[in-house]
Parts: sequence; structure tokens; C-alpha cells
Amino acid sequence: MKINDLAQMGFYLIILVLLAIPLGRYMAKVLQGEKTFLDKVVGPLEKLIYKVCGIDPNEDMNWRQYAGALIIFNVLGIVTLFILEMMQGHLPFDPEKLGAMRWDLALNTAVSFVTNTNWQAYSPESTMSYFTQMAGFTVHNFLSSATGIAVAVALIRGLTRRQAQAIGNFWTDLTRSTLRILLPLSIVGALLLSSQGVIQTLSPYLTVHTLQGPSQTLALGPVASQEAIKLFGTNGAGFFNANSAHPFENPTPFSNLLEMLFILLIPVGLTFTFGHMVKDVKQGRVIFGAALILFILMLALTYGSEVAGNPLISKIGITGASAMEGKEVRFGVANSALFATVTTATSCGAVNAMHDSLTPLGGLAPMLQMMLGEVVFGGVGAGLYSLLTFVILTVFIVGLMVGRTPEYLGKKIEGFEMKMAVLAVLIPSACILLGSALASVIPAGTSSIANPGPHGLSELLYAFASGSANNGSAFAGLNANTYFWNLSLALVMFIGRFGVILPLLAIAGSMAKKKIAPVSAGTFQTTGGLFSGLLSGVVLIVGALTFFPALALGPIVEQLLMWAGKAF
Amino acid sequence: MLKTAGRAFVLLLVMTLITGIAYPLVVTGLDQLIFPHQANGSLLYKDGKPVGSALIGQNFTAPGYFHGRPSAAGKTGYDATSSGGSNLGPTNKTLLAEAAKRAAAVRKENGLAANAPVPSDLITASASGLDPDITPAAARIQVARVAKARNLSVAKVQALVNQYTEQRQFGFLGEPRVDVLRLNMALDALTGR
Repeated sequence: MKINDLAQMGFYLIILVLLAIPLGRYMAKVLQGEKTFLDKVVGPLEKLIYKVCGIDPNEDMNWRQYAGALIIFNVLGIVTLFILEMMQGHLPFDPEKLGAMRWDLALNTAVSFVTNTNWQAYSPESTMSYFTQMAGFTVHNFLSSATGIAVAVALIRGLTRRQAQAIGNFWTDLTRSTLRILLPLSIVGALLLSSQGVIQTLSPYLTVHTLQGPSQTLALGPVASQEAIKLFGTNGAGFFNANSAHPFENPTPFSNLLEMLFILLIPVGLTFTFGHMVKDVKQGRVIFGAALILFILMLALTYGSEVAGNPLISKIGITGASAMEGKEVRFGVANSALFATVTTATSCGAVNAMHDSLTPLGGLAPMLQMMLGEVVFGGVGAGLYSLLTFVILTVFIVGLMVGRTPEYLGKKIEGFEMKMAVLAVLIPSACILLGSALASVIPAGTSSIANPGPHGLSELLYAFASGSANNGSAFAGLNANTYFWNLSLALVMFIGRFGVILPLLAIAGSMAKKKIAPVSAGTFQTTGGLFSGLLSGVVLIVGALTFFPALALGPIVEQLLMWAGKAF
Repeated sequence: MLKTAGRAFVLLLVMTLITGIAYPLVVTGLDQLIFPHQANGSLLYKDGKPVGSALIGQNFTAPGYFHGRPSAAGKTGYDATSSGGSNLGPTNKTLLAEAAKRAAAVRKENGLAANAPVPSDLITASASGLDPDITPAAARIQVARVAKARNLSVAKVQALVNQYTEQRQFGFLGEPRVDVLRLNMALDALTGR
């Protein structure tokens, strides 16, 4: 452990919180339709959009209408993106003449981007035209994260409204989130990244005669614009195959710091937004605190394991860090471990080091964060609504333990909400375990494994965890561009996204109808450090009970064998 | 239902125009105006012709050049249209064999003892396969070889390495590093190649 490493991590966390607090306040204003400084610019544009689309911004939807609009919009997104990918050879901005994709890969990719997963079973620089990257991927980077925010805000309305039917308007939530939160942040972010060397050009690839020769072709593209929203929207799909390890996506230690800030800013900010919207900032802080506890635990595990390194490499006789396979010199061990933790705490999935080459326990922490349901701040919007699911579970469990009626924000939690909350936790977990169980016993699954031994099982587990949690990072040795993997992961990504969103919107609808009881002596406090501890404890216990056996057979046994000097 | 689908479709179209066309084009315009060097790939020129990007590593094998890290990008390494790492796991025998082989090669070409420790970045493949940097230790170990191949004094080459060693950004971010392409270009300039 080095002082400089800790200083960087501490600095990162402090800056993150200092920026997230005002952003959280701003987002609360935007989402509640209050006046903000962007009104003059964005206001008229929004009015125009509503007019063109025939949207009544004052319409207030019940949960079924809200869910209907959301599903239709997202399914339409999948269909149009699929068509765009299949047609890219006939569309503009294809200087490299990359042509159409295979249908199963196109479908996987379309689902992947619309569900905010951004799993990439392809190598972008040799597959995707500039047009597909811009008009397809960049668009869904915005819309999928705006969808996440919309669900979160609908759930908050459900928790705060008294005896109401409606939980808001999906169209305006989506539009406002895109134009007032994601777009302005992305423009500023893209320029900041470019100052460090992230490229932004529509020129074709450039072939140069290298110093020693013979030649090198530099893949180029409009990277900065996609990079910024890839991070702010916790999307994570790289413009290039190497993602944020590619020097054109992440050229310097400072750009790396910016990227990690961009990833967590909105998810952390939203915990504060929650506090503002429920008119009790302490309720936001308690959720922030719980996620922070988990984050620091996971960071310690990843960083500790990477610094301890790989004794099998040390044996060769080296100086410097032993776990440098799949890492970049400019980032080193500390910034690679921090980035890996940040990107899997949220549902981002961008990587600045190859997770497949992480030490076993260093790879376990990212995997576990996805398995926990992306609640360590989580994806944009998705993190908050998943955390609130666990809040409901916690309130219920604690209520049982101390014999009080489970209540949250003055609303009774009853059978229906519990059923829905449990569904929202069980559906993704079932996807991960059933999916990897299937993949580990059929040749179509196992034939894609790249690394032998227990690491092979880790690759399968990681893939399904990543798909189901809509993260998108990978143990990328796995050859995922096959019919089995493209189609099974497309299914898992879809279920993992909407199988959580629908139960939560149902909770929003049923909670909105309830009365708000005044706080009494019998109310269990959901603010303060105790509740943060309980909440993070419940997340860990549920996750550990569900996944410990699988993890024991993968990364845990691999770590033990590595210590024992065994290789495969 | 049909009405909702219609609204969804038009909204998707409008959002595509704003976020998929206008946004990247506006950023392209701004970047080309404010950061033209960076936006176009931080290219380095020799005799007016681009020889590469300061950010993208290249293959160097000649003894008179500093060598970069092993690369898993493309078939022969440093293929900038095929970025990526080896994705070999920590207990994979292939990884361990490769690393041992590379360590032996580094020792041999730099005239080191058979058990001399080797900087780890010279025996492990980078994440991008395009890592432009090596650690200062990895540069130091190559100084004698490069000096000999170019008939320069060791002190002179080491001075150049020191000059091209970038410290942590702002004093604490990232790790100290040496950009191999820029160092090699400076070497060429020094010896008039």
C-alpha cells in the first residue's frame, strides 16, 4: 500500500462528493419542473419537441400508462437500432466501408445499448461505422440513462404523493433528463476530455509510416462526444475495443480522473436528489452512506488484491508491480483498481484495464458488485431505484426483527410491495445463476471459454452477471460473438432491465395510492448511521447467500490455488 | 397503444437528431476549433510527414530504439485498428510461459545476468495493446543497449531518458512514465537519422 495511491483515491472521493452535492440539488429542480438557468435555452426547444411529437406535457400518467410508454419507447429503440446496424453499409459516415453485421450480433448489440448495458461482443473499430456509433449508439447512451432517471423519479413520486393515482409523465421525464442533465454535462465533459487528447474527428483512418517502419493505421472517429455520454450515462461501451484503456479514449491520468468522476457523478448526485425530493435530505444521506460503505469495502478488496499481485509472475524475477498484465503504465495498479471498482459499482462497464487479467479476488469484487444488483450507487437512475428496493426489504426485515409495522416515509409497506421488491431482486439473480449454470454444461457455452481452470467458470459467471445487471464490462477473453452467447445474453439483458423496472413501477403505483401516516413513537427511523449500516448489511447478506457457492468455485478457489503456486 | 407508439417514434427521431447528429457535430466543431491538435490524434511529424501519434505506441525491435511493452493488439502487436489486451487470466500457463520467455529475451538483448530482475511492464501485455509508455525503470534497463547501438555515451542517453520522463500529472496523479515514440524521435534527432 502506497501513500500516493491512497492520496489519489481519497482525492477522487472528496472531489466526487463535492461535485455531486450541488448536482443533486440541480437534478431535483429539473425533475420537479422548477426553474433553472437553462430554461431560456432549453425551454422553447422542449415546447417545440412536445408539439412535434403530440405530447401533452401536463398529462399525469398512472403506473400502467407510464410503464406502457416506457416499454413501447424502448422496444422501438431496439427495433430501429437493429435496422440501423443491418443497414449501415447504405448509410453515410462509413469511411471504412464496414458493412452490415450478422443478425444475432446486431440484435445483441441493439438490446445491449437500449438496456444501458453496452455489452460489446464485437470489436468496434472493425465493425461499426461512424454513423452507427453516432446516430445509433450515442443516442441510446442518452436515452437509456434518461429512462433510468425517469423510473427513479417515478418511484420517488410514488413514495411522496398522497392517495394519488399518477406517478408523472414519462415523455417529459425522459426529455428533461436528456436535455437538462445529460446533454449539458456531456458537452462540457467531451471538451474537457479532448483537452487531454481524446480525439473527435470525422476523418477516415490515418495510415502513417512509423519511425522504425513499416506502417501503422490509426483508427480515428468522433470519440470525445461518445466518450462523455458513455460515462455520464453509465453506459460504458467503448468507441474502440480496448475501451477506456485505449489512449485515444483515456490519454492521461487526469483524463482518467475525469472519467471516473463522470461515471459516479450522477448516481451519487441522485442519492442527494432523492433527499431533496422527499423533503428530507437525511433520507438521501442515509442511502449515500450505505452505498459508500459498500464502495469502500469493494475498493479495498480490489486494490488490496491487485497490490498483493500475482506470485506466479513474481517468481520470474521482476521489479515493479506483478499484476501489470492487462494494465496501462500511465494508470498503474492504483488507478486500474479504482476504475474497476467505479465502473462495476455503477452499471457503467467501461474499463481501463482488462478485467480478465485481474487477480482472482481483484476480479471477484467487480463481479460481486454486479451480482448485488448494481446498488453500490449503481447505474444512472437504475442504481437509485435498485437501492430503494433494498430499502423496502430492509425496512421490512428490521420491522420483523423489532416487531414494528414496516413503514417507509410514512407509507405502510404491505404484501404487494414486498412481492414486487422480492421479484426485482430475484429476477436478475435467477438470470445470472441459471444462465451460467446452463452455459457451464453445454458445449455452446463452454467452447467460448478462453482461460482454463476455475477462471473459465469466472468468465461465464462474469458474462451473465454483467448482462443481467446491465453493466457491460467483460472478462473479455470469452468469445461472446456466437449464436449462443449473443442470443442468451440479449435475453438476459432484456429481462435484467425490464424485469426490475416493471415491478418497481408497480410499487410506485401502489405506494402513490397510500396515505402518509404521521411520524410516531412506533416509527422505525430510516435516517442515521444505524440504518445505513443495516441497509448495506442487507445488500451484502442477500448477495452473499445467493452467490457465495458460485463465487467459491470460481475466483475464490482460483485465488487459493494461485497462492499455492498452481497454474492451468 | 398506436398513439403512444407514434409519439415514441417521433420522439426517438427528434432525439436522434439532437443527441445523435447535432451533439457530435457541435462537439466536433468546437474541438476542431479549440483543441485541433488533440482532436486529430496528437500526431507527431518528422520532415513534415506524420510518423504516428504521441498517444499510440509503435513496434520497436531494433537495438538502437527503446522498446515498448508487449502488445496483444492484432497479429504482430501495436495494430491500432485492433486494440485490446491478451485477456489471459492470472493462473493461465500461457501467460506465465509468455512472461518468462519475454523476461529471458529482455535479459539477453540487454546483456543482463540470467536471474536479473526485469521491470514487470516489459514482460506483460498492456490493456490496450497500444500503451505508448514504459516505466522509467524499463527505460533505464535499455539505456546501455541503445547507447552502444548508436555510439553514444550512456550518460547522454540516460540524460535524454530523464528529459522525456513524465512525472505524475500535477505531482500525484497516475504513475511516472516515458513515452517511447517521443523518446525514440528525440534519439533520432540527436544522431541525425
